[in-house]
Amino acid sequence: MSTQNTDERLISTEVQTGENARANLPDEPVLAARGLDVYYGDDRALDDITIEIPKNKVTAIIGPSGCGKSTFLRSINRMNDQISVCRIDGELTFRGKNVYDDDVDPVALRRKIGQVFQKPNPFPKSIRENVTYGLEVQGKSATDEDVERALRGAALWDEVKDQLDSSGLELSGGQQQRLCIARAIAPDPEVILMDEPTSALDPVAASKIEDLIDELVDEYTVVIVTHNMQQAARISDKTAVFLTGGELVEFDDTATVFENPADGRVEDYITGKFG
Amino acid sequence: MSTQTDELFGDVDLGWEHLKNRLFLGLIFAASMFGVVMLALLLLDILTDFYVGLTEFNINLVDFLTRSGSRREELAGFQGAIIASVMLVIVTAFLSFFIGVGSAIYLEEYAPKNRLTRLIEANLANLAGVPSIVYGLLALAAFRNGIGLGPIVLVGAIALALLVMPIIIVASQEALRAVPDGVRNGSYATGATKWQTIRRVVLPAAIPGILTGTILALARAIGETAPLLMVGALFVNRVPYGPFDRYSAMPTQIYAWAAEPSQHFIHLAAVGIVVLLTIMLCMNGVAIYLRNKYETEV
Repeated sequence: MSTQNTDERLISTEVQTGENARANLPDEPVLAARGLDVYYGDDRALDDITIEIPKNKVTAIIGPSGCGKSTFLRSINRMNDQISVCRIDGELTFRGKNVYDDDVDPVALRRKIGQVFQKPNPFPKSIRENVTYGLEVQGKSATDEDVERALRGAALWDEVKDQLDSSGLELSGGQQQRLCIARAIAPDPEVILMDEPTSALDPVAASKIEDLIDELVDEYTVVIVTHNMQQAARISDKTAVFLTGGELVEFDDTATVFENPADGRVEDYITGKFG
Repeated sequence: MSTQTDELFGDVDLGWEHLKNRLFLGLIFAASMFGVVMLALLLLDILTDFYVGLTEFNINLVDFLTRSGSRREELAGFQGAIIASVMLVIVTAFLSFFIGVGSAIYLEEYAPKNRLTRLIEANLANLAGVPSIVYGLLALAAFRNGIGLGPIVLVGAIALALLVMPIIIVASQEALRAVPDGVRNGSYATGATKWQTIRRVVLPAAIPGILTGTILALARAIGETAPLLMVGALFVNRVPYGPFDRYSAMPTQIYAWAAEPSQHFIHLAAVGIVVLLTIMLCMNGVAIYLRNKYETEV
């Protein structure tokens, strides 16, 4: 099956050119939600979400504050389990398996689905230890090649290769965020979730992260929450629009969502009438 | 004042307000200096006695530090008490550190926010305020007489460990709480279990704070007198053979000397106080050094 997909991709990349190369790839869902409800106590944060997130594409989730975008992201890798009042109904599948089944260990799930947070959160350890952390907690020994591969993957290698043993906290904010991306990709997950990864960064650092996401998606599936609509339009293949009340009101190719949204509220939101 | 200023601000009279400001500043500055002045007076008094002891009573500092106690004032030394105190602190640290840090990890990282947790935390806060002599009574009843251990180093250390444990727990909880949640989430999201997160990320980040709190607690333990008096740490002033031997610690030895009628013994007590204070200040210094060294890194 995977061979077949690879073939299709090769064929379609040939006919496509440049930046839109991915756009015409067939969508092979890797994550899917069906009738997903999330409650915090009595408050409903997500209301009947049904969505299929395609493999090796960038899916952006946009929407006004408090619409549940981050909640949705956290329910994918079960980070919501940390919140005791959080309750989940419905189904969320990763490659066909409901991640909320009793026999799914959230720790194992998070080894397949990495996450990058809004605020850069490197560990107070050396750059090298930050990168090798994921492999080490999985009981694998990390080589210098692993460190270099992850840091190159996060477009940070050239800036830090001479100071791998200095603290990750000595880096600038943008470098710290790329270190967190390196930390997330070092154990080679399949999906990377990003929760407003550039909102705490200056525009130059943010644009580096955006370029990086464009490269990451060759190997990983990227789901990115952003409050920045221009960013979603620039970097994503698919866009999901959540609106207040935790509803998913539109999910389609990014171009369609931004140029010809089906839902009037989405048009209002995108054109800045509210939000 | 120029006429223009008068014209602009002539109707504003702030003289009295500024005076109040200065008066209040003076008052609170005096209040904050009170403790410092008292400490200075105390130190001056002790150092005078210390000096008089060294000169008029010919107390030789080297002899003082290398001799054990004696009924004969010119032969009495502090060595037994110093070594007993060091032993006490080591055994106390051993007994209180693991239980204290373990409790703190449970309360901060694992405990659900429910009634039981709140009950435990309220009790810890109360325990930290219990007078030290009560811990002495407890150790006396339960360990010295209860299971018949007698007036040995271990029983004194148990009393001191109980005394400092709440302090260590509270300090460790604060150190753990200071580790940002973002770092924990980063670890979970990388596929670490809870224990891996605590062991590899949270504890290393919190350990300077935990050590600082522990050292400050032990510095308090080394100066505690009342619980040791309760469990009978007195009268035997020689180097103890081990944690199961009888002993007299630094503060109890000072207490014993200070109660003697002879001026020589009283000045021995002053020299002992200087030694005890020096050790305590060194411990506090180490704690401050640790805190400053690591505080910028997290």
